[in-house]
Amino acid sequence: MGNRCAVIGVGQTHYTTKRRDVSIAGLVREAALRALEDAGLTFKDIDAVVIGKAPDLFEGVMMPEAYLADALGAAGKPMMRVHTAGSVGGSTALVGASLIQGGVHERVLVVAFEKQSESNATWALSTHLPFSASLVVGAGGYFAPHIREYMRRSGAPGHIGTLVAVKDRLNALKNPYAHLKIPGIDQKMVESTPMLWEPIRYLETCPSSDGACAMVLASESAATGTPAWVHGTAMRSEPIFRAGRDTVSPQAGKDCAADVYRQAGIADPRRQIDVAEVYVPFSWYEPMWLENLGFAAEGEGWKLTESGATALDGDTPWNASGGVLSSNPIGASGLIRFAEAALQVRGMAGEHQVDGARTALGHAYGGGAQFFAMWIVGREKP
Amino acid sequence: MPSDPLVAQHVLEFPGGYTRTTGPVIGRFLSELRARRIVGVRTAEGRVHVPPLEYDPATGEPVTGEYVEVGPAGTITTWAWVAEPLDAHPLDQPFAWALIRLDGADSDLLHAVAAENPKALAAGARVWPVWRDRPTGHITDISHFAPEVTKIVSEVRAEYRLQVGGALRVFLEGVERGVFLGSRCEQCEKVYVPLRLACPECGNTLPETLELPDTGTITTFAINNLPDPRAPEVPFVSAYILLDGADIPMIALIGDVPAHEVRQGMRVKAVWVPESERTATMANIRWFAPTGEPDVELT
Repeated sequence: MGNRCAVIGVGQTHYTTKRRDVSIAGLVREAALRALEDAGLTFKDIDAVVIGKAPDLFEGVMMPEAYLADALGAAGKPMMRVHTAGSVGGSTALVGASLIQGGVHERVLVVAFEKQSESNATWALSTHLPFSASLVVGAGGYFAPHIREYMRRSGAPGHIGTLVAVKDRLNALKNPYAHLKIPGIDQKMVESTPMLWEPIRYLETCPSSDGACAMVLASESAATGTPAWVHGTAMRSEPIFRAGRDTVSPQAGKDCAADVYRQAGIADPRRQIDVAEVYVPFSWYEPMWLENLGFAAEGEGWKLTESGATALDGDTPWNASGGVLSSNPIGASGLIRFAEAALQVRGMAGEHQVDGARTALGHAYGGGAQFFAMWIVGREKP
Repeated sequence: MPSDPLVAQHVLEFPGGYTRTTGPVIGRFLSELRARRIVGVRTAEGRVHVPPLEYDPATGEPVTGEYVEVGPAGTITTWAWVAEPLDAHPLDQPFAWALIRLDGADSDLLHAVAAENPKALAAGARVWPVWRDRPTGHITDISHFAPEVTKIVSEVRAEYRLQVGGALRVFLEGVERGVFLGSRCEQCEKVYVPLRLACPECGNTLPETLELPDTGTITTFAINNLPDPRAPEVPFVSAYILLDGADIPMIALIGDVPAHEVRQGMRVKAVWVPESERTATMANIRWFAPTGEPDVELT
């Protein structure tokens, strides 16, 4: 795994439908300055900048990283952009961490963003080309059949999705940065919302958000304050069209989890991981990923959700921050998962802090559930 | 309307219009306007009046000779919405009369503010002057004020010429004839449809082309209720169909059955457009429709 790497600063913008008051440059700078402030540093202290960003078609700004160098104090420094679809925020953190682990740099700023209000992600994800049938509308249109297949295979009752939709939004009420704040949300409210892509209801989907997230990563000698230590990092990908590919529980996700657990010495994720921030953009993905990530046996994930184990006061809290279901600046969503995991083990998660969290998982996935990025962070040095 | 002999129209208008001698203070203000600058005048007490006054209303003393450039932007202090503009109004769209505190001024200027709707306005909103094409030295040299520019629209359009090549060309030529062509990997023995040139599993080339039947089984599906101009009318069912003999499902539209009667495991067959309408595109397949055979049990 190389040299030790620590998270010494985290910065987030408040996630919201429309940030009319800032440009993309202003948005990323806001998150970056907060991360630097948390770390007690300035841009001068940073050796390299890694930017994460989902498809350029979301804002229609091609290669935005080139224009963001000024806003991120990257002049005269190495800067690169990462893109692995929805998992990009996670991959960005991992590329940044690899620069520390490889001994290349002492302090790396990682930033990811999306300003969804500049266009429409469903449009951008449905650029139907000639010669093929135009049948998939947006991410929901793609994922709905795989959720249906999960329900069939596992025999999960239909209300499981609504439980996650409520649980994550209740957690969001405790997170000052969360986008969706729905006081009084309950199962009935979720059930009363229309089916967009059956079996996915409106309130079982993530919002469209503007926002940015940043972290300062440091080597052991440059670590200051209350660091979160990186105990394992892993990325995996697989082709979207492959005979026999399991679209419900992709092999790449299982392999990625096995790799990161091996590095962090985790044999029983449900017992050994105190809190998990997992990319759940549609509520049904909680039980699906509970199984894919080994927190529950195959077909049993929904039982864990139903039992309340994944609630903030459960024995294995998932998405204490409110998760992607409550805030979704797509390119940043993965990085937020990784940053929230770090905040938890640093004891700095505020009202949604899981008491005594020492080990946390950050997870992101993207494309047609074909790109995966994960890290395990801990309070102690690995 | 019946004419009443005791009712008559009457116009009172001084031919050519009255003159207004501006005096030095107002004259300076209007001259500056003609040069597309807005100035106020300073009083002995140091306040900046915009528009200028000749005599300080607080003390009755003449104002000083000091002119101060203000604005051009300002802040709305209060406003009234005009939903139905009259002929003499400066704008023919609904607008607001507003008191505007220009930057650097200590008094408010009354002017028109253009806005899409009253919701776009608020006390504290920033507004900027929009100048008339040909200034003459009149308050209407400022056509109106408008909210600060906070966004622009950037039209992005890329036009491509897409040329179908390789495997897709062969597949679509098959579709034009009314058959689905697939290919088999000799190493992993998987059958891919649409036809491919390389196996995504092992990377081998797929030399063996085979014709697949147009019948299959629905493995899973979504009922789409979100309208999109490029997709079929909602609700439509998009389904993964495993063609008989294939190892990877194809996505297709389901028809001839109400959306909520579609099932996983349902047997379906392609419904082709009439031969005279066939082209080398997927539009050749209208949809897949249930065959009526018993459902297949999925593992």
